[in-house]
Amino acid sequence: MKAYDVIVIGGGIVGCMTARFLSRYRLNILLIDKAADIGTGASAANSAIVHAGYDPEPGTLKAKMNVLGNAMWDTLSGELGFEYDRRGDYVVAIGPEELDTLDKLLEQGRRNGVPGMHVILADEMRSREPNINPLVSGALWAPTGGICDPFMATVAAAENAVANGVTVLLETEFQDFIFDGARIVGVRTNVGDFGCRWAVNAAGLYADQVMHKAGVRPEFKITPRRGEYAVLDRAELEVNNVLFPVPSERGKGILVTATLHGNAMVGPNSQIVDDAEDSAVTNDGMAEIWEGAQKLIPSLTPRLAIAVFAGLRAHGNAPCLTPGVSHNHDFIIETPREAPGLVNIGGIESPGLTSAPAIALHVIEMLREAGEKLEEKPDWNPIRPPRPHFRKLPREEQMKLIKADPRFGRVICRCEMVTEGEIIAEIHAPIPARNYDAIKRRTWLGTGRCLGSFDMPRVVEILAEELGIAPEEVTKKGPGSEFLTRKTKAWEA
Amino acid sequence: MTTKDRYDVVIIGAGPGGLAAAIAARQNGAEDVLVIERDKELGGILQQCIHNGFGLETFQQDLPGPSYAQRFIDQALDHGVEFLLDTMVLDISSQRRIFATGKHSGIVDLTARSVVLSMGCRERTRAQIRIPGMRPAGVYTAGTAQRWVNVEGFMPGSRYVILGSGDIGMIMARRLTLEGAHVERVLEVMPYLTGLTRNYVQCLMDFDIPLQLSHTVKRIIGHKRVEAVETVRVDERWNPIPGSEEIIPCDTMLLSVGLIPENELSRQAGVLIDPLTGGPFVDDSFQTNIPGIFAAGNVVHVYDLVDWVSEAGRLAGISAARFAAQVRRKENRLVPLLAGENVRYVVPHRMDRETLAETPVRLQLRVRQPIESPVWVEVRNRTNLIARKGELYARPGEIITLEIPTTAYDEVQKADELTLAVVKR
Ligand SMILES: Cc1cc2nc3c(=O)[nH]c(=O)nc-3n(C[C@H](O)[C@H](O)[C@H](O)COP(=O)(O)OP(=O)(O)OC[C@H]3O[C@@H](n4cnc5c(N)ncnc54)[C@H](O)[C@@H]3O)c2cc1C
Ligand SMILES: Cc1cc2nc3c(=O)[nH]c(=O)nc-3n(C[C@H](O)[C@H](O)[C@H](O)COP(=O)(O)OP(=O)(O)OC[C@H]3O[C@@H](n4cnc5c(N)ncnc54)[C@H](O)[C@@H]3O)c2cc1C
Repeated sequence: MKAYDVIVIGGGIVGCMTARFLSRYRLNILLIDKAADIGTGASAANSAIVHAGYDPEPGTLKAKMNVLGNAMWDTLSGELGFEYDRRGDYVVAIGPEELDTLDKLLEQGRRNGVPGMHVILADEMRSREPNINPLVSGALWAPTGGICDPFMATVAAAENAVANGVTVLLETEFQDFIFDGARIVGVRTNVGDFGCRWAVNAAGLYADQVMHKAGVRPEFKITPRRGEYAVLDRAELEVNNVLFPVPSERGKGILVTATLHGNAMVGPNSQIVDDAEDSAVTNDGMAEIWEGAQKLIPSLTPRLAIAVFAGLRAHGNAPCLTPGVSHNHDFIIETPREAPGLVNIGGIESPGLTSAPAIALHVIEMLREAGEKLEEKPDWNPIRPPRPHFRKLPREEQMKLIKADPRFGRVICRCEMVTEGEIIAEIHAPIPARNYDAIKRRTWLGTGRCLGSFDMPRVVEILAEELGIAPEEVTKKGPGSEFLTRKTKAWEA
Repeated sequence: MTTKDRYDVVIIGAGPGGLAAAIAARQNGAEDVLVIERDKELGGILQQCIHNGFGLETFQQDLPGPSYAQRFIDQALDHGVEFLLDTMVLDISSQRRIFATGKHSGIVDLTARSVVLSMGCRERTRAQIRIPGMRPAGVYTAGTAQRWVNVEGFMPGSRYVILGSGDIGMIMARRLTLEGAHVERVLEVMPYLTGLTRNYVQCLMDFDIPLQLSHTVKRIIGHKRVEAVETVRVDERWNPIPGSEEIIPCDTMLLSVGLIPENELSRQAGVLIDPLTGGPFVDDSFQTNIPGIFAAGNVVHVYDLVDWVSEAGRLAGISAARFAAQVRRKENRLVPLLAGENVRYVVPHRMDRETLAETPVRLQLRVRQPIESPVWVEVRNRTNLIARKGELYARPGEIITLEIPTTAYDEVQKADELTLAVVKR
């Protein structure tokens, strides 16, 4: 049985950041994910906002991780070479009734330690976002809010982890723990057993099931909450800012936000679902998000949508441990006494993306407290260089790229202008993109107006060639999602 | 690889529109015609239309798409049209500067005296966005499926539901059936057929494929690959009628909901687009609002018969050749003025030969080195002296003026270039 010091279960942003920060130390680390790519869970389908931290209730672990995490993103994006823009965010009050809430949020933000917030006047808001609802009465401005590419942040962290010696195994599903008495000494997976001294539960929506296998928190339950989104056609409408409505009981509400891909995005709603794989988009959900979006920007219409998707929040029921704070769905980040060898992370819903790097540091602290020596590797390299995106380069840079490698001259996705060179680079990257969706998430190919109808046959061909497989074996998102069934003229199976 | 950075006519897209334009441009005096095509083959969308029904007007013959295309390809080659394949035009300016790239052609940066836009159209996908449900593999446009089956030789599924009664969808229903797949049905949200009746009879009726009007897909079911679609009947306002839902097991859903002209490039050049057609506003010579930029074929509006595309291409090609000839004539009238012996620069840099028919042309220049003795300031066509003027000295700090008199008209007509010199007397 192959043995590691640490096995991270789950390759979302939390697992990948944890692996990346742990790779600094002399530890033999394995990260596993059951999917055909990393980051296919909540980390690929969310609002992409690095929250300032005025939203979580003071005293909660959520509030603490949010503010600590937020402060890490500039350095992190520099080191890991993913896109991030700290452009600030707004909570927009519509009508005089909503103004009071802004003060409450401001106060909450101050208690959480969020710097630089203040309330701006309606006129100021109108000038900063001309399409805003004319009934705007004021807004809370938080300059430390930001937007990122959450999926690439996850990939970048994982790639940097790999560069620093971490092993990543995909299509590897955690099934159970291996115990020595109460102590966890390994994990069982569909591809075999692996030994470990520490297992990190970073399984997102399945974190409850994983911890139950260790006999921890049998009362803890994740209730998946689906959030649906629509992405708008870049050519049709621009939104420059991150705009939240005033929050309600049901959460942060339906926002309208700029994204780093240049498309504006609206969503999410919040719908409880039974099935943690049910990321289906619904008519009712769409109606709800457009109505919400129109409250902020009345000119938004479903006609502008170019894509829709849904993500699932891992909404837990863990009470906050701080005395005097009554909050019953806090983050769990702990090393439970009843299961030595387990680092237990759970209930990581929003602001989990923002918090992920802080959660990783918290894990390191906990390991130290548990007696791990954690010697630093002298050759640890925190830098992961970004790969070029043809569309975003100035013409001279594009020319240089083509001269160096003519495959950058062949445009495969006409709408988003993604080249063969970029696709092949992703197929052979440290975390190889081995299916269509994996390439799509990394390059943004197929997300334009033609929804991939032009690039699909070409990408299938490239994947087949680069992976040395038959075109019929190429998948959209792993085994079972093949594009093609057989050759023409062949018999029906 | 192109060897030139300037062409009379550059045509973007080698479908029937572009090919007809290229041939006509050559037949009407264009010296060099270049067609840039992003695919690896000529012929455009016709290469995947292996069904017949093409050429009834042009050739009075019922041809499959590739055969129709081949006739134009052969003609174009005979007429010395140049081609750049596997090369995509990324940018056109209103000054007709074209930037394209390709894996084998590298970076192509050239200027055309006139341009014909013939990029064709693409399939509509909006309907796809509105369908609720999961996003599994197995949802394709009919055109993508057509490419897979007819060009690449692969089947994208075995049990199909086709949404939309457009022609490509119906043609694919027949094609897939012939390949041994099962087409469950074709759904059309409108209360009427949107494609040609001919295709309904030949592609659906003849193969017992049911068509359901006033029906649409309510939901796509399946995590990894499509497992079923839920269909529903709709009223006149497209509202689903509760209780009419039906779950149809299938592994593929094809969309055939129409085509839309492909004009991202045109917009970059400042070409104005008619919101009704989705294509450029054109005049009767198929010129857009930008002088020297013409457009023909599905890029202008979606045609139902290829013959009319070829005819539009032919007219646009003739217009483009004429426009290029005018530009060339204007260019030919300009003679470069070069700085020769001891001349640092001359202004103007070029002169119009015709100016001398009316007035003399005044040139100003500076010397490189001072000459403190009498000099000649000369302008020559090779060795022939055209005009000369004496000065007592020449100094870099002082501009010298020289006039080419109207009497030099004939001599200047013969010149490819004129050279200025300042020499000791
Ligand atoms: C709609 C929505 C909007 C959000 N907006 C924001 C926001 O704007 N800002 C913000 O900070 N946060 C936001 N969040 C929260 C944030 O996205 C999540 O907190 C974060 O992505 C959680 O990361 P994770 O790694 O814990 O989970 P995931 O990304 O879900 O990763 C868990 C991984 O574990 C794997 N896994 C599960 N079970 C097993 C198993 N048995 N074996 C192997 N692998 C397994 C899964 O395949 C998955 O890849 C949002 C969330 C949602 C759903
Ligand atoms: C699927 C289908 C089935 C049809 N069936 C019939 C039929 O049965 N009978 C009939 O008469 N008509 C039929 N038609 C209509 C007819 O084929 C079309 O009207 C005709 O092919 C349009 O010709 P075109 O030259 O305008 O465009 P296309 O044939 O589409 O050619 C456009 C070309 O431009 C290229 N291009 C686009 N952008 C760029 C760029 N940026 N750089 C370089 N190259 C570029 C494309 O690759 C393409 O090759 C059908 C059309 C389709 C789409």
